[in-house]
Amino acid sequence: MMGTVIFRTLSPLISALTLMLAVFVTLRGHNDPGGGFIGGLIAASAFALLGLSHGVPAVRQALRFHPMSYAGFGLLLAVCAGLLPIFTGRSFFTALWTFPQVLGVEIALSTPMFFDIGVFFVVSGAMTSIALSLEQRGGGV
Amino acid sequence: MTVGDWPLLAVALPFVAAALTPFVLRYAEAAAPYLLCLFPAAIFAAFAAAIPGIAAGQSLNCGIDWLPAVGIRLSVRVDGLSSLFALLISGIGTFIVLYAGAYMKGHPGIGRFFSSLFLFMGAMLGLVLADDLISLFVFWEGTSIASFLLIGFDHTRQAARRAAFQALVITGLGGLSLLAGVLLAGQIAGVHSLTELLASGEALRGSPLYPLVLALFLGAAFTKSAQMPLHVWLPNAMEAPTPVSAYLHSATMVKAGVYLLMRLNPVLGGTPAWESILPFVGGVTLIGGALLALRQTDLKLMLAQTTVASLGLLVMLIGLDTDAAIAGAVAYLLAHALFKGALFMVAGAIDHESGTRDIRRLGGLRRAMPVTCAAAALAGLSMAGIPGFFGFVAKETLYGALADLRVWAAIALAVCGNALMFAIAGQVALRPFLGAPRATPRHAHEGPIGLWAGPLVFGAKGLAIVLALPLAVSLTLGPAVNAVAGHPVDLTLHALPEHVELPLLLSLLTMALGVAAYLSADRLRSLLDTLAAVLKWGPDRGFDQAIAALLRLATLVTRSLQSGRLEAYITATMVLTALALLVPMTVHGEWPALPVWPHLLLHEWAIVAIAFVGLVAVLRARTRLTAIVSLGAQGFAVATLFMLFGAPDLAFTQFMVETLSVVILALVMTRLKLAERDHRPLGQKVIDGSIAGAAGLGFGALLLRVTQTPFDSRLSDFYEANSRLVAHGRNVVNVIIVDFRGLDTMGEIAVVMITGLAILALVRVRARIVIHKEDDRS
Repeated sequence: MMGTVIFRTLSPLISALTLMLAVFVTLRGHNDPGGGFIGGLIAASAFALLGLSHGVPAVRQALRFHPMSYAGFGLLLAVCAGLLPIFTGRSFFTALWTFPQVLGVEIALSTPMFFDIGVFFVVSGAMTSIALSLEQRGGGV
Repeated sequence: MTVGDWPLLAVALPFVAAALTPFVLRYAEAAAPYLLCLFPAAIFAAFAAAIPGIAAGQSLNCGIDWLPAVGIRLSVRVDGLSSLFALLISGIGTFIVLYAGAYMKGHPGIGRFFSSLFLFMGAMLGLVLADDLISLFVFWEGTSIASFLLIGFDHTRQAARRAAFQALVITGLGGLSLLAGVLLAGQIAGVHSLTELLASGEALRGSPLYPLVLALFLGAAFTKSAQMPLHVWLPNAMEAPTPVSAYLHSATMVKAGVYLLMRLNPVLGGTPAWESILPFVGGVTLIGGALLALRQTDLKLMLAQTTVASLGLLVMLIGLDTDAAIAGAVAYLLAHALFKGALFMVAGAIDHESGTRDIRRLGGLRRAMPVTCAAAALAGLSMAGIPGFFGFVAKETLYGALADLRVWAAIALAVCGNALMFAIAGQVALRPFLGAPRATPRHAHEGPIGLWAGPLVFGAKGLAIVLALPLAVSLTLGPAVNAVAGHPVDLTLHALPEHVELPLLLSLLTMALGVAAYLSADRLRSLLDTLAAVLKWGPDRGFDQAIAALLRLATLVTRSLQSGRLEAYITATMVLTALALLVPMTVHGEWPALPVWPHLLLHEWAIVAIAFVGLVAVLRARTRLTAIVSLGAQGFAVATLFMLFGAPDLAFTQFMVETLSVVILALVMTRLKLAERDHRPLGQKVIDGSIAGAAGLGFGALLLRVTQTPFDSRLSDFYEANSRLVAHGRNVVNVIIVDFRGLDTMGEIAVVMITGLAILALVRVRARIVIHKEDDRS
């Protein structure tokens, strides 16, 4: 159904661009429209698209791990980002910020950022695994 | 934590042992039981060293705060009663560990077994030592759980699983009853600890809620201490390995209910209800248990039923509530723990060495197992109440108490019950050893020291206590009786009666009846079997029927609420949404004013038009695929409106959600029939349309109403002011999500994850059904 040449040729390119967009949208989220949730949805749509054009096994192979593992990793990352302040004597979920200089450029690193990356993984992982399992007909998860 | 806090450490030590057990077993191997028994031995030594102080009337109190905000402390109190129990638990525990080491030798699950056993020991110690009411409940439940694990130890057998489940259900209900009881009693008396409760005098007895408090505590005690008709779990608990039966289900755990009654006697006892319910239930249990015991041919089951009978006797004595009756109860408690623990271990040893526990197949073991035979004889003589043994002293004391009261019904019950137990003592302790040797599945011979050390020591102790009776009374029994009675009692026990009076005559009558019952045991058994065959129904079957009925009820409720039809769920959701929105607005007259006609620009009108077209297309779509795509178009139009009116984040998310939901809906539909037309009868269309219209109207009215109320901007002002300064972010929405309200988001992503897993499971179930069908076809 989805096997036209044009679609098969273009979809990896579109998927790759969409994934880059997803990362970009996630990281800019703190100051401009975007964030982990929307980024995760974009990433999931990229994988769903690739699944339609190249088949689910190809996507699974490219992902290496089960998409749900990415979601689990994201949840773990988010919880760890929340737990980290406890070890510095602050309360749960206090935001920690640091601004190291890398090659003369100030980089903002913070626990909310890692939390947002966790959200990205949870949303993209969960949505991708749902989409892939529905695309894959006749069994297998 | 100071030296004075050692009772707390004593409670903690078995839990430490439970954690260390796997390592000890791995590295010490054959020597492991000897190392492990040092834990309870150390606890026993500590409590033994404290005896002089306790006997002098002191009590040790210590504890640490647990939940200070609600007044819960992990506190313990060592007085005469708890000290006696702690000595029994640790002393018997020491030999049980040795015994289990020999009995379970080479069993692959031995680590799990010892860990559970130590968990139980810790919970039981905590239960008898706990001063705080909530701690008491926690440890009480701990013993139920440990008992569940141990009964179900051999979890591959269905009978063991059922017995474990039954015990957990029945004692668990009792645990809930206890929780309600301690909370209510604590409320009434305004206290948190047993010490304070015992000092509260008439607060409980004088309260109008006294009957309820009493019922709750009795519910706990009667389930745990297996009073009829709640006793069924105890005989079934014999599915557990014999060391467990000897320890939990005869010597210690089943006494927890008795402990509770003894403990609360000063504040709950002495009322007409107490003095009628307890003797009645206890008396019925005594006779019932003894008769059921006589019916059995399995050594363990006979012992289990006599345990039920003995618990009944104890409850009856506590209910009689005189100082002499309490003295009898305490003496009998000690005697019973010793002889019953010993006899269970003997039964296990016989089973272990000969391969059977059926008394009809056993005989003449005295030559093959001389030491076990001696231990069985000592314990059996004590159980039968032969003069010279502690069992006799206990029996004399309780007959003395009954004789003082002159309640002839109770006397008759006690004499009959004891006579039956006399007969069973003979059946259990003598019959396997006397007569000609019989062929058994295994060639019987004496077991290793671990198997006979415990029975021999406990059997001998029944004799030793009598020899040192005044010392035992002043050091352990006396203080315990004082604690139960709630006031000092002048206690003297006599090893042999000094005058020929009613108690001695009752003892002689008991023995005469007992000998008669022993000699006619086989005939009595067949008589009882005939009776049971006629009756058929019993509490054990009743339990199964109750559980089955509960399952049927659950199925019925689930079937009626969860039809499995998507239309039903959606209809219910939508109807409730519409009602929740429209009814309050109508009742409170909060309908919004009609809005002024908006001045929209051309492109804004265009988008509204697209949304409208999408809506119409959904309604008029011929196939489901068209409907899905049209719904997507409508959603995109709404998202564009969001963007135009200053909510880019919302619009962004809405775009993605619409995209993905169209994709996923389409994918779901590929598994269903996508091309099929949606045909509903006209009536159905009208109903569905009205429901949808009402829900939409409700939401529209709500939004209009909200925008017409004055806007309280404090919250958004706060976020706007602090987003950049405190959280280093310009995008307020994102800062709220990941920082200000990060905890909410964490909960939400956990939900996303769980939903994802649930959907995967659903898809997988469906896939498997498809595969199964294909299998069937091929």
